[in-house]
Amino acid sequence: MALLEVDDVVVQFGGVTAVNHATFEAEAGRVTGLIGPNGAGKTTCFNVISGLQRPTKGKVRFNGKNVTSVPVHRRSKRGMGRTFQRLEAFGSLTVRDNVRVALDIHRGIAGVVKPAKSDIDGLLERVGIRAYADDRADSIPTGTARLLELARCLAGDPRLLLLDEPSSGLDETETDAFGDLLRDLAAEGRGILMVEHDMDLVMGVCDTIRVLDFGEVIAMGDPAAIRADKRVQQAYLGYSDEEPEHAVGATGETDESDMERTAVIPVVAASEGATS
Amino acid sequence: MDTFIAYLIPGIFSGAAYAIAASGLVLTYTTTRVFNIAHGAFGMVMSFIFWDFSQKQGLPVWLSLILVLGIVAPLTGFLIQRFIARGLGEAPVSVSLVVTVGLFVGLIGAAQAIWPPEPRFVPPLLADELGNDKSFPIGETVVTAQQLITVLASIGVAVGLYLLLTRTRIGTAMRASVDNPELLKLYGGKPETVAALSWAIGVSLAALGGILLVPVVGLDYYQLTLLVINAYAAAMVGRLKNLPLTFVGAMGLGIADSMALGYIPTDSLFADVRPVIPPLFLFAALVLLPQAQLRIGQVKGIVSAPVPSVPRMVVSGGVFLVVLLAVVSPMSEARLLLVGTAATYAMVMLSLVLLTGYGGHVSLAQLTFAGVGALAYAKLDSPNLYGLLLSALIAVAVGALVALPVLRLTGLYLALSTLAFGVLMDKVVFQNERAFGFGGALEAQRLSFFGNTVETTRAYVMVMGVFFVLVAIGILMLRRGVLGRLLVAMRDSPAACGTLGLDLRWARVGLFGLSAGVAGLAGALFAGLRGTIGAADFQYFNSLPLLLLAVVFGVTSVTGAALGGIGLMLLPVLSGSSPIAGGIVFLIIGFGAVFAGRDPNGLANLLFRVGRLLQSRVLRRIDLHLPQLPSTTAFTRSKTPTREVSGGELFDDGYDDEPVPIGASAGSSATSGPTEQKGVR
Repeated sequence: MALLEVDDVVVQFGGVTAVNHATFEAEAGRVTGLIGPNGAGKTTCFNVISGLQRPTKGKVRFNGKNVTSVPVHRRSKRGMGRTFQRLEAFGSLTVRDNVRVALDIHRGIAGVVKPAKSDIDGLLERVGIRAYADDRADSIPTGTARLLELARCLAGDPRLLLLDEPSSGLDETETDAFGDLLRDLAAEGRGILMVEHDMDLVMGVCDTIRVLDFGEVIAMGDPAAIRADKRVQQAYLGYSDEEPEHAVGATGETDESDMERTAVIPVVAASEGATS
Repeated sequence: MDTFIAYLIPGIFSGAAYAIAASGLVLTYTTTRVFNIAHGAFGMVMSFIFWDFSQKQGLPVWLSLILVLGIVAPLTGFLIQRFIARGLGEAPVSVSLVVTVGLFVGLIGAAQAIWPPEPRFVPPLLADELGNDKSFPIGETVVTAQQLITVLASIGVAVGLYLLLTRTRIGTAMRASVDNPELLKLYGGKPETVAALSWAIGVSLAALGGILLVPVVGLDYYQLTLLVINAYAAAMVGRLKNLPLTFVGAMGLGIADSMALGYIPTDSLFADVRPVIPPLFLFAALVLLPQAQLRIGQVKGIVSAPVPSVPRMVVSGGVFLVVLLAVVSPMSEARLLLVGTAATYAMVMLSLVLLTGYGGHVSLAQLTFAGVGALAYAKLDSPNLYGLLLSALIAVAVGALVALPVLRLTGLYLALSTLAFGVLMDKVVFQNERAFGFGGALEAQRLSFFGNTVETTRAYVMVMGVFFVLVAIGILMLRRGVLGRLLVAMRDSPAACGTLGLDLRWARVGLFGLSAGVAGLAGALFAGLRGTIGAADFQYFNSLPLLLLAVVFGVTSVTGAALGGIGLMLLPVLSGSSPIAGGIVFLIIGFGAVFAGRDPNGLANLLFRVGRLLQSRVLRRIDLHLPQLPSTTAFTRSKTPTREVSGGELFDDGYDDEPVPIGASAGSSATSGPTEQKGVR
């Protein structure tokens, strides 16, 4: 039984189908990548899994239990943690206080034992942003803020981590170190589901990958299989000479993704990466 | 049956008028995400302009109508959108609401200043020489021309809006803007044009609604403005976005109102029901709204006023009390009462510091909570500290009760439900014989401490000062502690708090309760000060200027609350000389809030800045004689204190220029060289 099961989830916004019968799962102790072009419905999937968005249809099972109608905060109590593509740091608080709030919430605000500074700084140390502890969270660089969101998440000791584009804003060395951190977290038995555009990171770190396009899962498998998949190359990786099968109008309602895709520079040479 | 029709017809008439006004409200809200609290105030001002044109200047009625509806109103809407409402849709609700409440108060002030109170008569549109309306008998009842015109106009508006939204290019852009203005921009649409047009149409519809109702309601600053509550209720039936449902809601409300007039005997127990039908309707529509989804990707990180250290709080509080003592010592009884009133307002504003300044929620009924506290206190015999505490606790319970049914709502809807609650309390409870009674007054006794009653007003004012300081310190301590951090976190990102495991709904109920408790305490002390209190002391309408002054003076600091309290107390004093002066004061406050509302730190922050400037000057002198400390991260941070984090993509550009904190092993900056310590471990 997988830690997380997304079962035939459909999300419609008015006439637009953002997620179209998506079915996939994420296992404990493994890093699962969720990739696809912008507008493919990845973040919407995350919102459904974490409970911020109610699906039009379909189920989400966590730990074997149906959590589709469980509110956001209870999913978190059951061991789900997430970061956001568009930053959701507590901008008016310091980096340390961001984590302190997370620990307060996790332990219950009426708790007798207040989080020790060493606990907090330990978490900051782990994601590598200890140096920013006293800075206001709205004054730190994007990459750092993403790591802060991860530290905040880890304060709740989650069994499943949902990471939405965690490496954007990190430079190459930092991304390498971040990959190591992800492997460590997975080795502790946590499940990690990660939306990511950095193909080097995805191919290097993920045990298994699901590819979304137009809200549908078009492929799943290990990095090598995904790289070889024709549909994935056409839809996303961007180094196929062939025209995409479903160009404009084929599916009717998803102009949004078409338009966004033209604005996105295809992720550079995924094949070059994978040095690990 | 005839009675039924006799009441049905005026019901349909007022329903049609509400529908016209409400559709304007819905149009501006859906396309620009700004809920225009001042919608009714625009209708009121436009009705006055119509009166000015048609009666004072003597222009023909048809020409006045064309001028107002076709030129003045759309132009006003356009200008308001361009210079005031622009970009407000993305701002937090506490900002966008305060700005339109500012417009509300400012427009009432402007109307009072331009058209001082005097009896004015607006004849129906098709009046004969004597000012009587033409009428047509239908069976036993009579339909007036005004009623017919109104119904036809509402049908015209419905058809017109339908054609505009479905058959025209700009209408399609408007509908697209409802779903996603950002996307519209990417497709080459112009959200700004759409916004300007919808404001122009919105104000025109407010004007039309107002002008059609004037012969019935009368040309009155408040009556016309507050009629908009009916429009809110109708719009809420359509969930602020569905125009056909809005029309249905408006009709339902108009007919229910008229039927209540016809079928509820005036001497029955339910005689009080009629005036509360619109707020009840609004409240019910809000309660039935579906669960609000947490918004993600919002603006966050507000630079708030600094929170002083504990010794500093205590010293400042002590200094404040000494100054207060020096000020009140030589004062006359009348002046002492004014100072006591200022202390009351200041404490109510403290409750707003907690709710709005720290929590980011808006309450439009804070004076009502004060009234609850006052009422509870006045009912006590020889009240002591326990009695005072009890009054505050009752206010806590009421505050929590208000937040409970609307537990699932956020921001705007929460604020509107407080408005509905304020109206309900005023009409049902406060004006009830068992409470204050309409225009009546209730006696309240002075507070006693351990058997010693505080007899003199001077001593009582000092007691109020002490309570203000204690509550202020309490709120600041809370801000420094676990709960304070949590409040700020909830304000900055509710979605993140939810995903970290916080049940936002109960946290919100607690916050509302606590804030209501502080307001209730203020009300209870006020009751003891005055000796007699009445419903007039806690009119729901006055919660609006209270909110505005709190924001103008700074709703994020206790200093702002103290200053705001004094300001609000001075209002009637300043405006006492003439209604024109009063209007001008309102005008200044309203439009002051329109421009100051974007910075909730308000005027108090200016004081802090001056203070810091002086401090740094002095410190720099001393610094010269001290060995230089190595720079810290705090130093770097102070260079960019006001930066706000925005959503990912915007931030990516700026981040390369981010200064590397000196002396800190910086993580992810493009400037970090290969020797830099790696960010991730």
